[in-house]
Amino acid sequence: MPSVIELDGLGVRFGNRQILTDLRVSLSGRTIGLLGPNGAGKSTLIQTLLGFCQLSSGTARIFGHDIRKSIREIRTLVGYMPENDSFIANMTAVSFIRMMAELSGLPPDAALERAHEVLFYVGLGEARYRLLGTYSLGMKQLAKLAQAIVHGPRLLILDEPTNGLDPPARQRMIRLIHEMKDSGEMHLVLCSHLLRDVEETCEEVLILKQGRIVHYSNLEEERKANKRFVEVETFGNDAGFAEALAGLGCECATAGFGRLKMVLPVDFEMREIYRLAAERDLQLRRLNYRRDTLEDIFLKAMEV
Amino acid sequence: MAVYKRTYKGYSGTLTPAWSRFMIVPRYSIARLLQSRFLVGFRILCLLFPLGCAGLIYLSHNLSFLKTFNIQAGNLIEVNAKFFLVVSNIQAAFAYFMTAFIGPSLVSSDLTNNALPLYFCRPFSRTEYVLGKMSVLMYMLALITWVPTLILFVIQASLAGWEWTRENLWIAGAIFIGPLIWNAILSLIAMAMSAWVKWKIAAGALILGVFFAGAGFGAAINAVVRTNYGTLIDLTQVNYTIWSHLFRNQDAATTIDLMDAWNALAVACALCLWLLVKKVRAFEVVK
Repeated sequence: MPSVIELDGLGVRFGNRQILTDLRVSLSGRTIGLLGPNGAGKSTLIQTLLGFCQLSSGTARIFGHDIRKSIREIRTLVGYMPENDSFIANMTAVSFIRMMAELSGLPPDAALERAHEVLFYVGLGEARYRLLGTYSLGMKQLAKLAQAIVHGPRLLILDEPTNGLDPPARQRMIRLIHEMKDSGEMHLVLCSHLLRDVEETCEEVLILKQGRIVHYSNLEEERKANKRFVEVETFGNDAGFAEALAGLGCECATAGFGRLKMVLPVDFEMREIYRLAAERDLQLRRLNYRRDTLEDIFLKAMEV
Repeated sequence: MAVYKRTYKGYSGTLTPAWSRFMIVPRYSIARLLQSRFLVGFRILCLLFPLGCAGLIYLSHNLSFLKTFNIQAGNLIEVNAKFFLVVSNIQAAFAYFMTAFIGPSLVSSDLTNNALPLYFCRPFSRTEYVLGKMSVLMYMLALITWVPTLILFVIQASLAGWEWTRENLWIAGAIFIGPLIWNAILSLIAMAMSAWVKWKIAAGALILGVFFAGAGFGAAINAVVRTNYGTLIDLTQVNYTIWSHLFRNQDAATTIDLMDAWNALAVACALCLWLLVKKVRAFEVVK
């Protein structure tokens, strides 16, 4: 699959401080999550990809365009929703979005049409003639999303899109992200502190710490691999149960109170567990796949 | 958009040429400025003086009027370089106040709510942004400075005949270049102040203050050090020196060399551009 973002020894320095150090990765997922603690360099990485920061070493490529040489072409292909408030208070939403569309190269008529369309799409249709300064925080977030997608970018960069949103508004934002992903017309980069948001929407995750990549994870692949990890809770005399499972090739670890954690061998039939339990007259109270959550992955990465 | 069509779709239409995009910013800015009734009223006020001058020029060539009031031709008003210098000076004063009114909202409105990243994440550069914002002021100020004065020149030329026009054509050049320089320096100062001071009232006061403070400090330096070089920080005097040369005003009491005046102007422009470069950027590095 052709890479969407390719970091090739990317380094950024502000004065004497190294912010990003030798980042190397190739990302090709439809939705890419960018995680890391505060000050890890997530926002700097995004700003560097948009050509806002000067590189101290290496380079990056977006859809094959080098950010050192073709930043104008890249900016044509990218939509950006910044983390902080970004708007012009004394403009109506429709004229603001239209201006942004025109700056992206759309002719005035097409820009006006698209401005109306995206405002309806994000759910601000009824409020599109109101001044942006009068919008609530949730509405401002949606207006920022509208300006980011008005020109139909191939890559949409969302920096903390659910910041400050109440649960229904957050759900709405997540739904919009899913819809845009499923439309197949754009790739998304989602930078968020909320692991749940990233877990719900992303296929690939890049974790940064102190300006370095500490973990890259393909969540889709991990989800498939995690099907081999099983947790069982039993009730009754479980003597010999773990040994019997081990005899079938499972790696078992007892966790006390009738709980067992195991790694199943390839091509293992789940009914074998039920059979062994029935032979010992053992009740199975719970059986579930023990999946590494994104939180586990993130915490492990932070220990590095 | 129909409700059933509310799904995301990309854009596959044509794009405008990149060179034309710096005109988008002034178009929207001017539209916003013209919503102000005060500004429209002030613009009308600024045109009253040139309108009166146009009437005077017409009457000075109207023989029946001159005959009626027993005025000799040429006695009513002498339309020459000095006349146009006076008109340009008065209009420049109006431009100064208009700048203090328009200038503060130019860049500060984008900075206050952090809108600059949204401009610069598109195929739109900082140079285009500054050019676009500057052209707003250049356009608004042109309409009250060199455009009406040039119209007065055309009226005079059409009434005075070819001989007068041929002899005084250089005045047209001075009418255009002099106010253009003044408008450019006003625009740059206004934008620099607007970029650094987000509070509009303070920015407006600072724009006015730059000229008053420059004149005050200039006079103080001249008095203390007993030199004329203090005048170089008085931009009104610097401009007066250049205009006197452009309009060939022999009676001008200039205290600085023309070359020094040009250099002072260049330094002022460079300083304003440096201030703009420091502030007009997609993000701010906090040290």
